[in-house]
Amino acid sequence: MQTYSALQLLRRAFGGHQSWEPLWRQPALKPAYDVVIIGGGGHGLATAYYLAKEHGITNVAVLEKGWIGGGNTGRNTTIIRSNYLFDESAALYDHAVKLWDDLSQALNYNVMYSARGVMMLAHTVHDVQSAKRHIHANRLNGVDNEWLDPEACKAFCPELNISDNIRYPIMGGALQRRGGTARHDAVAWGYARAADAMGVDIIQNCEVTAIRRDATGAIEAVETTKGTVKTRKVGVVAAGHTSVVMSMADVRMPLESYPLQALVSEPVKPTFTCVVMSNTIHAYISQSDKGELVIGAGTDAYTSYSQRGALHITEHTLDAICELFPMFRRMRMLRNWGGIVDVTPDRSPILSKTAVPGLFVNCGWGTGGFKATPGSGNVFAHTIATGEPHRINAPFTLDRFRDGTLIDEAAAAAVAH
Amino acid sequence: MLIIRCPICGDRPELEFRYGGEGHVARPAATEALDDQTVADRLYMRTNPKGLTVERWRHVHGCGRFFNAVRDTVSDFFVTTYKAGEPRPDLDALKKEAVR
Amino acid sequence: MSAPFRLATGGRIDRSKPLRFTFDGAAYTGFEGDTLASALIAGGVHLMGRSFKYHRPRGFLTAGPDEPNALVGVGASQDRYTPNLRAPVVELHDGLVAESQNRWPSLRFDAGAVNDLFSRFLPAGFYYKTFMWPKSFWKTVYEPKIRSMAGLGKAPTAPDADRYTQVYAHVDVLVVGAGPAGLAAALAAAESGRRVMLADEQPEVGGSLLHDVTATIEGRPAAAWVAETLAALEAKGVQVLTRTTAFGYYPHNMLGLLERVTDHYANPDPKLPRERLWQVRAGEVVLATGAIERPLVFPENDRPGILLADAARAYANRWAASVGKRVVIATACDSAYRTALDLKAHGIDVAVVADLRPMPIGPLVDAVRAAGIRVEAGTAVTGTRGRLRVRVAHLSRLDGRGGAHAPEPVACDALLMSGGWTPTVHLFSQSRGKLRFDEGLQAYVPSVSVEKERSAGGCNGVFDLAAVLADGYAAGESAARATRVRAPASRAFPVDGTHPVTGGHLGAVPHSRNPSAVKAFVDFQNDVTAKDLKLATREGLRSIEHVKRYTTTGMATDQGKTSNMNALGIVSEAIKAPIPQIGLTTFRAPYTPVTFGSFAGASRGDLFDPVRKTPSHSFAVEKGAPFENVGQWKRAWWYPRPGEDQHAAVRREVKAMRSSVGMFDASTLGKIEVVGPDAAAFMEMLYTNAWAKLGVGRCRYGVMLREDGFVMDDGVIGRLAADRFHVTTTTGGAPRVLNHMEDYLQTEFPHLAVWLTSITEQWAVTAVQGPKARDVIAALVEGVDLSDAALPHMSVVECRVCGVPARLFRVSFTGELGYEINVPADHGAAVWQAVYEAGQAYGITPYGTEAMHVARAEKGYIIVGQETDGTAGPDDVGLGWAIGKAKPDFVGKRALARPAMGAADRKQLVGLLTEDPATVLEEGAQIVADPVFEVPARMIGHVTSAYESPTLDRSIALAMVKGGRARMGETIYIPMPDRVIAAKVVAPVFYDQEGARLNG
Repeated sequence: MQTYSALQLLRRAFGGHQSWEPLWRQPALKPAYDVVIIGGGGHGLATAYYLAKEHGITNVAVLEKGWIGGGNTGRNTTIIRSNYLFDESAALYDHAVKLWDDLSQALNYNVMYSARGVMMLAHTVHDVQSAKRHIHANRLNGVDNEWLDPEACKAFCPELNISDNIRYPIMGGALQRRGGTARHDAVAWGYARAADAMGVDIIQNCEVTAIRRDATGAIEAVETTKGTVKTRKVGVVAAGHTSVVMSMADVRMPLESYPLQALVSEPVKPTFTCVVMSNTIHAYISQSDKGELVIGAGTDAYTSYSQRGALHITEHTLDAICELFPMFRRMRMLRNWGGIVDVTPDRSPILSKTAVPGLFVNCGWGTGGFKATPGSGNVFAHTIATGEPHRINAPFTLDRFRDGTLIDEAAAAAVAH
Repeated sequence: MLIIRCPICGDRPELEFRYGGEGHVARPAATEALDDQTVADRLYMRTNPKGLTVERWRHVHGCGRFFNAVRDTVSDFFVTTYKAGEPRPDLDALKKEAVR
Repeated sequence: MSAPFRLATGGRIDRSKPLRFTFDGAAYTGFEGDTLASALIAGGVHLMGRSFKYHRPRGFLTAGPDEPNALVGVGASQDRYTPNLRAPVVELHDGLVAESQNRWPSLRFDAGAVNDLFSRFLPAGFYYKTFMWPKSFWKTVYEPKIRSMAGLGKAPTAPDADRYTQVYAHVDVLVVGAGPAGLAAALAAAESGRRVMLADEQPEVGGSLLHDVTATIEGRPAAAWVAETLAALEAKGVQVLTRTTAFGYYPHNMLGLLERVTDHYANPDPKLPRERLWQVRAGEVVLATGAIERPLVFPENDRPGILLADAARAYANRWAASVGKRVVIATACDSAYRTALDLKAHGIDVAVVADLRPMPIGPLVDAVRAAGIRVEAGTAVTGTRGRLRVRVAHLSRLDGRGGAHAPEPVACDALLMSGGWTPTVHLFSQSRGKLRFDEGLQAYVPSVSVEKERSAGGCNGVFDLAAVLADGYAAGESAARATRVRAPASRAFPVDGTHPVTGGHLGAVPHSRNPSAVKAFVDFQNDVTAKDLKLATREGLRSIEHVKRYTTTGMATDQGKTSNMNALGIVSEAIKAPIPQIGLTTFRAPYTPVTFGSFAGASRGDLFDPVRKTPSHSFAVEKGAPFENVGQWKRAWWYPRPGEDQHAAVRREVKAMRSSVGMFDASTLGKIEVVGPDAAAFMEMLYTNAWAKLGVGRCRYGVMLREDGFVMDDGVIGRLAADRFHVTTTTGGAPRVLNHMEDYLQTEFPHLAVWLTSITEQWAVTAVQGPKARDVIAALVEGVDLSDAALPHMSVVECRVCGVPARLFRVSFTGELGYEINVPADHGAAVWQAVYEAGQAYGITPYGTEAMHVARAEKGYIIVGQETDGTAGPDDVGLGWAIGKAKPDFVGKRALARPAMGAADRKQLVGLLTEDPATVLEEGAQIVADPVFEVPARMIGHVTSAYESPTLDRSIALAMVKGGRARMGETIYIPMPDRVIAAKVVAPVFYDQEGARLNG
């Protein structure tokens, strides 16, 4: 792999930047692979990377229906945090945060992870109780998260309106300083480049049309628009399309796919240094390195694969932004888009083997998958490589819905997250 | 904002409705006899199709009735709506009809 | 200041109305009808801003909303300051204050321009390749530096002083765009008698006709035809909205429109909103959004004074502003020849028209030659000179092999270019219509519609004026008939003084200069050059979406309006794939940026979410009570007496209630009436308890589960008659519970004859609690024996209280003798007042939600949502007794039998008593079994409720603890940041365990 550095940039500048190698090859699909990953988003590419890096499995294909990173990886608001309530979730997301911390160096690709602090606001007594429960649990799990009273919230985020002239005045907030953002596209490209360098084949514009099983029911091959691939192990990492892909193997999933919208403002000079989230009134905001205010909305009400949502959802989100940040009312929405998020009944992901031998699934991240990308790929690679879950993803089985051992972050917070 | 045809009240904007999840997931009568997997399937497993889906809506800010709808989850256009209790339509036949 | 470039005659400006304004502190004068851009151009100003990355000097490129360069901050004060406005669409008003952006210390001398010198080290995506060492520098050094260089304008720093409104409209036909096609379409639709709305982003209708001074339509000059048509439309009742941009096409023919109402006034009527957001549901839509002229991508094509050709024509014809004294025109399209002719007619020196095409022909070319203007065929601009304003264009004859001959420098003060026209298919594409690439036009045009919509005119790839008008009329007719079949127009519009336009160029213009040394801009605002795009393709980014994201082409505030097609052309050439194979990036709403405030509209403060008030609200306000937001309700939190803090007030309230009597407004509790012959059977299914045998006049505490077995809601339920239950729910849960009930009734148990009615708003509830409660209400209640024998705990009677119909419950959420008086809501305040007065003899004490919480916790009564969190089963919170074991079925019953639901280590409700009675635990604090632990600690539970109990005079707490009921008497530990608190596990009832006080 060609090394990226300031020095290289300088050197190649004198050659007119003609000598940069492609980030990844454009390989032809081989007839057989040890592992086939279906879905070339951040999670799928990270899985391939860790399969090669940590398990020495390099005969891997990542099959992407469109262009890599084109799904939720490239459509989310890039918030990273790990202050989840339950031990299982905190362990999973904090595993990711630890990997985020030196991901740029590990991939030799600047993913721009920026620990600018994520502040989650409390507007009601119930919010305060819930935030404090999270903070106490996080502290005992070794996850940083601290309580700020309204004045401290304002000190951390000076734009915040903490007066009581709003409908749901701010009663405080929970701040995770290690939380922040990263550059979403760079995550996909960085993993793709590093995985490719170790021999992983990234095949774009390659849609899976069937999953074939042998007489014993085990995975045998995958049929695609570019031909049939033999493999004994398939990892499905298809986010919003997981139900569709899994149905090819006759596996029903506890998933519903909902539209999730986000938007950005026109770029302005640095004005907003942190990330602020309000689950109660549905506002999620940060400022990108480019200067755009990046704002997330709640999901639309109905399942859809249309990758767009309704105007009234955007409206509701901007209501909340204007209520919290009245000086942003004159800012203008530049782009509004939708993704498809796959939501489980307990709002926790599934990183699991399935009843089909050789078939593994990584899905159900709902509205919060981006932050988990490195951790998810890391433990999912372990699961595929060894056939058994990593300690960290062991609780996130498909079977938990049968057994009732749910990890209900949503119910615990009484909100989507 | 979608326009949804309530079988009782006619075309109304989405804001008057509440989504009710997948349709025709009937509650079995003899729940005691079911095994855990069957219980979980009914509680949690969803078809979640890309294409025509059969789903429930409630005209909550109108007549209050639950009803069923067939909608294309790719275009978000409704193919038909019908009252709760009426049989599930033949989706293949509807696909042929669905012009718009 | 004078306006040296103001043409002597012409234009649609009102020269009798001069307007003063400032730009970067310098004073200028324009006229009514001017835009900021036209007034500055008339004043000779072209240097308008600095580009995003290289901070290169930039001027106007366009005369419309597609402007990428001339972005300004407008507003004299921070509470009315808007960044990033496009100068060509900022209407001038007297006193307007504008400033340039993205420059320091000044526009002419910008320190950031150093980036331009080092640009060879800053290729597309350079930031992905560096800034990684040392690691800590990203956050502390690199990122702050990048961020300060990025961004364009400055966000306002004060709350917005303006107001915004929203309008919902329903029309039969919505026509978007009031150029020739849109006007003709509206005319056709209006003639059918349909409700028609015509919206255009400009201050007046007419579109391109507003700067067409030669064309005639039906024998009249274009401008006159526009005026007559407008009058005809208004006479037919067409709603014409100007300054209104259709920005988004949403499912089912819902369009979002933004109307700018007051920004063009110096002193707007304060009653007017700044903007109106229209949400229009249209039966049929005609898109007549026109086309956007493309720049030519040649080296140094970005200097101030380099504009699109038709923009220069518009500035001259519409605003009487000349872009220069001596212009060079570079084109690949006939339309620039119109510019040459019109500028020449205005007396402007047109030095040369350089046409990329080897043999341009046609009437326009002939006319230009006939006018004595030099035309050079097969010639390109291959470079320019001039630091803050173009002063030389280098013209080179193309060699036909992808290169160019030695250049001829031509002096000029403006360079006008035209690469042809791109149909404005944004809204069509947003509607999910399918585009097709028209090889002849070299453009994407609408192909298959998905919504009830059709395109007409320029956006449909139709450019000849007569054809545009006919296309528009036909579209209007088909929309009026609500048919997709477009018959040939039934009306023709005879047109003269105009010529068909052909030609165009996609991608970079050939030149023979060092490609890695020159900058030929594709996306002007984001500083994306042809070589950036080629670099991206060399680095393996072959999908157009990857190229876009990697280079940021098309991602600036103009969203690629002038750049996307050129980028496609360059990528197509670089990867040797035809354009249709590369595809197109998604067109995303909004078409042009939309103010956040317009989405929020009036939704602020108390209008952000409805405020629900209880009947005693004014009473509580008078008493100085603070209010707690509970759902949408405002509930009195406590009633402070002078000098009391929360702690003192709550303590007093609880003590008074327990020792004598207190009153509490319980109106917020959800109430549902379940009525019908099968009401009891229905209740059997929806609640875990048994109901069939509950006597009339008796109450029972009911637990409702979700089908997955977790506690959903609870409440006291009274049986008013054999066929009638009065159900109460939690305050926040009422709508959810009613929906849940309706769901089962309608879809699972439709055979049951039951009717459900929400009665939350109908009955106001005054709770009277405490040993003297009976004495207080005795005088107010008519004809009811209140004795314990006649009306025992957990009973209900219909009667009259204070002369009004009432449902009198004997129930208690405090553990004391208690009543809840339900009266029709209109009488709620009066009955509350009557109880208060009647209670004076007993020192009755109104108490708020905090005292209520403390009192119920002393009794171990749970609050759903506080003790439970959606993962608690009924047995977990000690409600196993409420499960009707003998019942064959109820919602959630089967799920309770799943293995995990019965596990011994489930969290169970317990009481906690801290070793130090003065220590009050923190709600949400976690619990461990061993005071010595390592992180991550093994947590066994958490505190759900914790108070200082006035009754016990010590701290109490409720907690959910793993296997809690088996831990009675054990000491557990609550680690706080600074210490570990020890507490003993006890039963969750702290006061009056046997319930004697309830039954007094």
